[in-house]
Amino acid sequence: MANYTLKINNKSYRVEVEEDTPLLWVLRDHLGLVGTKYGCGIAQCGACTIHLNGTAVRSCVLPVSAIGKQKITTIEGLSANGEHPVQQAWSEIDVPQCGYCQAGQIMTASAFLNKNPKPTAAQITEAMNGNICRCGTYHRIHEAVALAASKLK
Amino acid sequence: MVGGGFLLSFRWFESSASPVQTIAEEVNFNSYLSIAPNDVITIFAPNPEVGQNIKTAFPMIVAEELDADWTKVKIVQAHLDTKKFERQATAGSGAMQHSWDRLRKAGATARMMLVEAAAKRWNVSAAALTTDNGFVWHTESGRKLSYGSLATDAATMKVPEGVKLKVKKDYKLIGKPIHNTDNAEMITGKPLYGMDTYREGMLIAMIERPPFGTKIKFAETAAAKAMPGIVEVITFKNKVAVLGKSTWQVTKARKLLKVEYEPDGAVESTTEHNTLMKQLLDKADVKPSRKDGDVEAVFKTAAQVITREYQAPFLSHACMEPMNFFAHVRPDGVELIGPAQLPEDTRKNVAKLLGIDIEKITLQMTRMGGGFGRRQRSDYSMEAAELSSMVKAPVKVIWTREDDMQGGQYRPAMRYRFQAALDEEGNWIGYRMRGVGINSGNSTRPDHFPAGAVANFLVDSIDHKSPVTTAPWRAPSENFLGFAEQSFFDEIAAAAHRDPIEYRLAYLEKAQKTPVGAVKYDIERMKGVIKLVAEKSNWGKNKELYQGFSAYFSHGSYIAQVAEIEMKNGSLVLRKMYAAVDCGVVVNLSGAYQQVKGGIIDGLGHALYGEVTLQDGIPLQKNFDTYRLIRMKEVPDVEVYFVDSDINPTGLGEPALPPAAAALANAFFKATGKRLYHQPFSKEEAMKELTLNQSS
Repeated sequence: MANYTLKINNKSYRVEVEEDTPLLWVLRDHLGLVGTKYGCGIAQCGACTIHLNGTAVRSCVLPVSAIGKQKITTIEGLSANGEHPVQQAWSEIDVPQCGYCQAGQIMTASAFLNKNPKPTAAQITEAMNGNICRCGTYHRIHEAVALAASKLK
Repeated sequence: MVGGGFLLSFRWFESSASPVQTIAEEVNFNSYLSIAPNDVITIFAPNPEVGQNIKTAFPMIVAEELDADWTKVKIVQAHLDTKKFERQATAGSGAMQHSWDRLRKAGATARMMLVEAAAKRWNVSAAALTTDNGFVWHTESGRKLSYGSLATDAATMKVPEGVKLKVKKDYKLIGKPIHNTDNAEMITGKPLYGMDTYREGMLIAMIERPPFGTKIKFAETAAAKAMPGIVEVITFKNKVAVLGKSTWQVTKARKLLKVEYEPDGAVESTTEHNTLMKQLLDKADVKPSRKDGDVEAVFKTAAQVITREYQAPFLSHACMEPMNFFAHVRPDGVELIGPAQLPEDTRKNVAKLLGIDIEKITLQMTRMGGGFGRRQRSDYSMEAAELSSMVKAPVKVIWTREDDMQGGQYRPAMRYRFQAALDEEGNWIGYRMRGVGINSGNSTRPDHFPAGAVANFLVDSIDHKSPVTTAPWRAPSENFLGFAEQSFFDEIAAAAHRDPIEYRLAYLEKAQKTPVGAVKYDIERMKGVIKLVAEKSNWGKNKELYQGFSAYFSHGSYIAQVAEIEMKNGSLVLRKMYAAVDCGVVVNLSGAYQQVKGGIIDGLGHALYGEVTLQDGIPLQKNFDTYRLIRMKEVPDVEVYFVDSDINPTGLGEPALPPAAAALANAFFKATGKRLYHQPFSKEEAMKELTLNQSS
């Protein structure tokens, strides 16, 4: 067990956990931030996507000991009340079905649009291809990313 | 603690997915709704939500007949409550068909009571009053009263019987694209799912389960038990459970278990299943499910006999939220929280398991990260209850993705043989079909087309009992039967040198005019969707495109689809899918599009990639690296058209899936001259001719 001070959503959290604990389980089990989802545990599905210094990262394979002072953003911290343009677009397009993968989808999309605010349709597909949606909401995800991009302009 | 900015490191919290089931200041009208003095209308959503959007669609129906202001409607997920609700179930795409009238009457009855209350207050005739958007109006005097201001009086009115229901042209909500009621929570990451349940003192449990057909020979658990955070290691019912304080500690400790298994019945592999299914196709003396005319005779004299076989593997449900359940077994009662498609079954099974009166068990339904039939089983909820009763603490059982994928309850592996007899003119005179499967139950639908259209008709099925567990999987049996029969019909049309749509319509008309035996599908509705999809896809008009057709009836609904493959930069690409849908009245247009598009994508994805294979009772696919799900790059455009209908709504969660793979396979045949018979398609040599990456 070791103590870690984590910067998450502009707050400091201190946890005492084993050093190989994936950030996903620190968030969910120890900090009550359950918006980040467990889907596969091997970085294949994207349900656990968070931002590490603004880059989309799979928290299920990120050991807490590797984080250091890097800034973590989870779905709970993307905006105060869901007003981030990507969240707004998700709502306007009515994207979710079961909804379980959508936090991860939104985190992937928001990190992507930060780096590429004016993407082509093909670039959106490329960026979102790593996130699985078992319900098959892919069309609406694509539409929502494009809409969010237009809101950013 | 370092300072104000720091939060407690172990902040166990109550699940906020706990709805308040009765609210003091609200006036209850019936099981479904209550109205508060501030005009807020609470509508209970009784059915389990898996992403089929029933939590939004059901309240829409109540609100429609109530003439409620939708912006003032608050939707609350009901707990399991068999005294208040019937059929709190997500199964067979049947919720809407079952509850449509009940929900309408619940809203219309409350509306009438509000009208009566206003009539009494104003001392006018109820017939002189109208309702609109949460108000009762007396147009003559220009007066209005809000529902909230009338609620207390209205609830004391005699409950009217035989209330008048709206007709379709007067709908204001039904048929509109109303957004998912949980959107705000889902996009901000609020705890909604069973996996998000946490309680003070709760233990996390993970369970080692045996390969199919085996039992534990010995289990060495001391090393796991000695790990930090581990509270108990329990061997029970041929499983070993590790219980501890945190998920990661349990995950690590579990790896130290040494469990050896020995055979306990048949230890089967996929290769044996495949051989067995082929053998069963030749079995004699099988009782027919349906028999019309004289099949034996007509096959002997036919000018042409076409025989084709189709095979499907086991599939995982692969719900994005793996199986999990929370149970707290206390001396005075049991609290269950989690994902359940059949919560009433879950409660019954837990009651039986623990020997507890059903009245002492509460069950709170959480939003489910997918269901697809898997959560109709209570295996995982019973595990939670059993472990909680043993350790006398609240327990959340979590299945890892590997547990989920290797833990059985699969879509059964199936094989079908179809035979058609044609005469010299290409007339279809005989039909024989047999389905066999591994724990598949009846894998056929004996009254499907061409029943009624082909005079000599025989359908039967054989089920092989196996230790490999199976479960309903979105459109059970039909998820593959749809592909097999719709591919076969395409071959028959080709053998008769006829256009598949024209050929289908001709035989549907034959069944209409001169039916043989009972016809249990609505031929007009079937013809309707076929004609609509032909029109919308410009069927056969563009010679540059390779189009494939299929049409399927299931769960009360009719769906015709056309897949369109085109040659682009020297590659064949599945560019587009068209779907024409007759599901009666469309309740929520936004949700309806999702079910059809999602069903098609699901159908294509699993036909292309899905497969669980077994070696000596051990499933070889463990996670999404080897069990491939369709991704954004492989998804074609999908255009969906609904038939304008005033028939009561029929199923929509499942019917779009069965025809999808056949439309693709039939288009693939047009493009390449090659047929696909086995799923997953991606393992077929011919499939290399199709580029699945849309963006390439």
